[in-house]
Amino acid sequence: MDLTLKIWRQKDRNAAGQLVTYPLKGISPDMSFLEMLDVLNEDLLVRGEEPVAFDHDCREGICGMCSLFINGRAHGPERGTTTCQLHMRHFKDGDTITIEPWRAAAFPVHKDLVVDRSAFDRIQQAGGYVSVNTGGVPDANAIPIPKTIADKAFDAATCIQCGACVAACKNASAMLFVSAKVSQLALLPQGKVERKTRVENMVAQMDVEGFGACSNTGACAAECPVGISLDNIAMMNREYLGAKASSENVA
Amino acid sequence: MNWFTKTFSSTIGRKIIMSVTGLFLCSFLVVHLVGNLQLFNADNGESFNVYSHFMATNPVIRVMEIVLVLGFLFHIYDAFVLTRRNKTARPVDYAEQHPQENSTWSSRNMGLLGTIILVFLIIHLWNFFVPARFGGLEGVVIDEVDYDNLYLRVVQSFQIWWYVAIYVISMVALAYHLIHGFQSAFQSLGLTHKKYTPFIKTFGYAFSVIVCLGFAIIPLYFFFFA
Amino acid sequence: MILDSKIPEGPLAEKWDKHKFNVKLVNPANKRKYEIIVVGTGLAGASAAATLGELGYNVKAFCFQDSPRRAHSIAAQGGINAAKNYQNDGDSIHRLFYDTIKGGDYRAREANVYRLAQVSVDIIDQCVAQGVPFAREYGGLLANRSFGGAQVSRTFYARGQTGQQLLLGAYSALNRQIAYGKVKMFPRTEMLDLVMVDGKARGIVVRNLITGKIESHSAHAVVLATGGYGNVFFLSTNAMGSNATAAWRAHKKGALFANPCFTQIHPTCIPVSGGYQSKLTLMSESLRNDGRVWVPKTVEIAQRLRKGEITVNDIKEEDRDYYLERKYPAFGNLVPRDVASRNAKLVCDEGRGVGASGLAVYLDFADAIKREGQPAIAAKYGNLFEMYAKITDENPYERPMRIYPAVHYTMGGLWVDYNLMTNIPGLYATGECNFSDHGANRLGASALMQGLADGYFVIPYTIGDYLAQTPYDKVSTDHPAFKEAEQNVISITQRLLSIKGNRTVDDFHKALGQIMWDYCGMARNAEGLQFAKQEIRKLRDEFWQNVKVTGVNEELNQTLEKAHRVADFLELGELMVDDALHRNESCGGHFREEYQTPENEALRDDENFAYVAAWEYTGPGNQAVLHKEDLKFENVKLTQRSYK
Repeated sequence: MDLTLKIWRQKDRNAAGQLVTYPLKGISPDMSFLEMLDVLNEDLLVRGEEPVAFDHDCREGICGMCSLFINGRAHGPERGTTTCQLHMRHFKDGDTITIEPWRAAAFPVHKDLVVDRSAFDRIQQAGGYVSVNTGGVPDANAIPIPKTIADKAFDAATCIQCGACVAACKNASAMLFVSAKVSQLALLPQGKVERKTRVENMVAQMDVEGFGACSNTGACAAECPVGISLDNIAMMNREYLGAKASSENVA
Repeated sequence: MNWFTKTFSSTIGRKIIMSVTGLFLCSFLVVHLVGNLQLFNADNGESFNVYSHFMATNPVIRVMEIVLVLGFLFHIYDAFVLTRRNKTARPVDYAEQHPQENSTWSSRNMGLLGTIILVFLIIHLWNFFVPARFGGLEGVVIDEVDYDNLYLRVVQSFQIWWYVAIYVISMVALAYHLIHGFQSAFQSLGLTHKKYTPFIKTFGYAFSVIVCLGFAIIPLYFFFFA
Repeated sequence: MILDSKIPEGPLAEKWDKHKFNVKLVNPANKRKYEIIVVGTGLAGASAAATLGELGYNVKAFCFQDSPRRAHSIAAQGGINAAKNYQNDGDSIHRLFYDTIKGGDYRAREANVYRLAQVSVDIIDQCVAQGVPFAREYGGLLANRSFGGAQVSRTFYARGQTGQQLLLGAYSALNRQIAYGKVKMFPRTEMLDLVMVDGKARGIVVRNLITGKIESHSAHAVVLATGGYGNVFFLSTNAMGSNATAAWRAHKKGALFANPCFTQIHPTCIPVSGGYQSKLTLMSESLRNDGRVWVPKTVEIAQRLRKGEITVNDIKEEDRDYYLERKYPAFGNLVPRDVASRNAKLVCDEGRGVGASGLAVYLDFADAIKREGQPAIAAKYGNLFEMYAKITDENPYERPMRIYPAVHYTMGGLWVDYNLMTNIPGLYATGECNFSDHGANRLGASALMQGLADGYFVIPYTIGDYLAQTPYDKVSTDHPAFKEAEQNVISITQRLLSIKGNRTVDDFHKALGQIMWDYCGMARNAEGLQFAKQEIRKLRDEFWQNVKVTGVNEELNQTLEKAHRVADFLELGELMVDDALHRNESCGGHFREEYQTPENEALRDDENFAYVAAWEYTGPGNQAVLHKEDLKFENVKLTQRSYK
């Protein structure tokens, strides 16, 4: 199939960017979207032009490195799919495909389609952990956890930290991402010890990073490649309110 | 800032204020609608005028009026602050986007809907509330007591077609605002549960439609039947 | 050079405890005077960095990804082994040790493997305490499954994403130390050289992948946890960025590279669909618990199938050859990975392969679906079936999956002693980056175990022993050794950028991968390996004359990053071939066609090859020099592996 690509090109963080049009021929419907970009980049290289920079790594939908806002959708048109698992059979011969980086003040563009998502790491550093040192922990089976709770915590833990929620949200809000971690640890007995400080600190860091607020549009959950649920956001709101009301942190 | 102001100036804190004030305003809508239903009494406006007099003079209502004004002000102020924050969170917009694939129109346009409602509110207050509270209405005697004839103002206002149109359009906007806002408030407050949330969603939808329909019928009734 | 494995004296079961007592300790107040560099933030790296930070050392951690949580450990699906014996089915530390030694075809050190089995139980405790959501039974206790040919259920799992959940646990521990300021994290930073001062590892030179800046970092010890080198083959289940550069550049500075030819080819991957293919996707081995592997009985049926004259469901039961069940009645479809892979290759070589290319076999769930119902199968493998359908556009509930082996894991790696230290003092290698625990073949669910064992429970003890004997003095990055290493990196970079040839980096990489797959893949022979060596040398020469790298160093330049990595793969590939050529036996993942039993099974030569082959770099283009570490087996009897 033959395609027309409109791709955001931006030299570096401080440069202005623009959409550049590239015609591309002979794409197989069995290719993944990133393999299609590989083909484009090989073409560009052969012509002596600079290839398009984009993030990718595992190419099996789990590392969360790939991003891309494709034809107005985070990770493209297929639900529950990361860009690396999106295949060209979902496009038609002659299609024009617009490819843009995630857009958020908290995710500055490094180059072309590569953005800086270190804000997510900093939010995790603010409290996304259980404070246990290596060694000296109880036997794994000393902490029985009801299967329904374990499953719920697991559903929250599947977040791959790709940032599609921020990209899809009209407010560039990171609530779905943050709430997934907060919920996972709030549900599990291991996380209950620090649940108050955790939610207080992670939300504070989220706000510092400059993400927007939640309008409950549900766009994040709809575009999440691993199906993180909006219930997590409600749970985080509950945790936050409860923590603020009852914690002894007056600062 | 102390912990209290910090809490309520965080993004989640502001959403909590939006929710609490929003739900409070919903309760006001119910009271207001129930009162207004007296317009349909075939007594030439007597019961309505007595009711409006009571609302304007009762000390409890006067206190609640202040609370109501605060509710509006906080709701509007936080909406403004949040909207500004949300805009700055995405300084460069997408060249192409298809949000209709992942969210409802009303959920994405609460600010627009809210602005329409605010404009309506100003018109509405100017026309009814201000004269009722501060004078400017004709008098009427009911059971040998003098009352302001607010009923007459209602009848006269709703003879004007464009005025009726403003009301009807605004009520449609309010309905959409509430359809998203009602259930959204429960989400923001973390009040979700597998058992009850479906009911809250259905109830919120029905509430929004019925209340707004109730308000919209009044101008239409007077335009076509009075 | 004499390779001293430093295995402690005494009975096998007491070696680690005794060693832990004998190692020197660093006073808690003095730990903060030491700096440790950890390169790589997968299971082995993140767990090591976090634990060393907890102990009080100052740690600098590096990864090339944009976040430490994206290291390729994240992609492991199946599970993690531990000798907990929670299922009361006869498991024990000794059994896990025995299975691992035997599974590795007796090419691993007894003492290392025993220690691995010992600490496996602590890993599960640690991960659960961190909040890792392992699968649970209704009673609230942990669930287990049997995996990869083990006859006990000792595998802990988290749906099909155990690697992600374990890595997120280690990542959270790492984040905690970053927040405390004990670990300084350098994402999007790639190590390009090792710095040695007075014969000891004292730092690294890195390139900031965003700005291109070449920087030096000094420390008292360097830990490489940089994963495996499966991407030598271009197509593998590794992530696109997985590379051997850090380990290879350390090798060029003197670290020995052990058993490079031991490569694991995973039997259940989605077959190649075209020349544009960039990577191969693994389907978890757990699928073999319920799926039955088969190909058409005759070449003729297979040909008709490939031409599209018939479909898979037209093939009658009696025309199907369930070859694993036929040849290995005891283990059936659950034979170890190397056996399953080689047999898939055998039937495809016979012309009985399926799919358009003929390079695939079926993995059929029809019987399991009939037996347990589709919902039960969906509950177990739903996400894997979905992934298969997404990639191939075929519904595995209605027709069998097509699978084919793919490069998955490299058992070889930097040579390390019992303390996980390489032959360079102060340079450690952990996880897949070292060679130590899996011999010639790794068992399923053992990679996660080893990565975390090394990081959480081994290196925190052993590195202290080294540091306790190291003065606090820091080496300035202005030291000539740093300046020389920086200059070396700059000159390689400049050379790559200045060639301005006609052939792309990927093109060279694909060509190398094809040579490796054809001649140093699932089956090897002397003639092919000699040919491959010449071909690799030719390709490498061409690379340095004709590679095309655009852009400049001082920017985010993904082509340049790749060029560095492929340059190293072109050297490492040759060493793999050398190693495969010298090892005149078949064992585990290394199958030399000249050395097989009459039933086409691997024929080991314990008398001549029961050793670790550790190779020394001797200069560009020179023949590497072999050093041998003899393997002594005092606790297991070497037998021919049999899964009949």
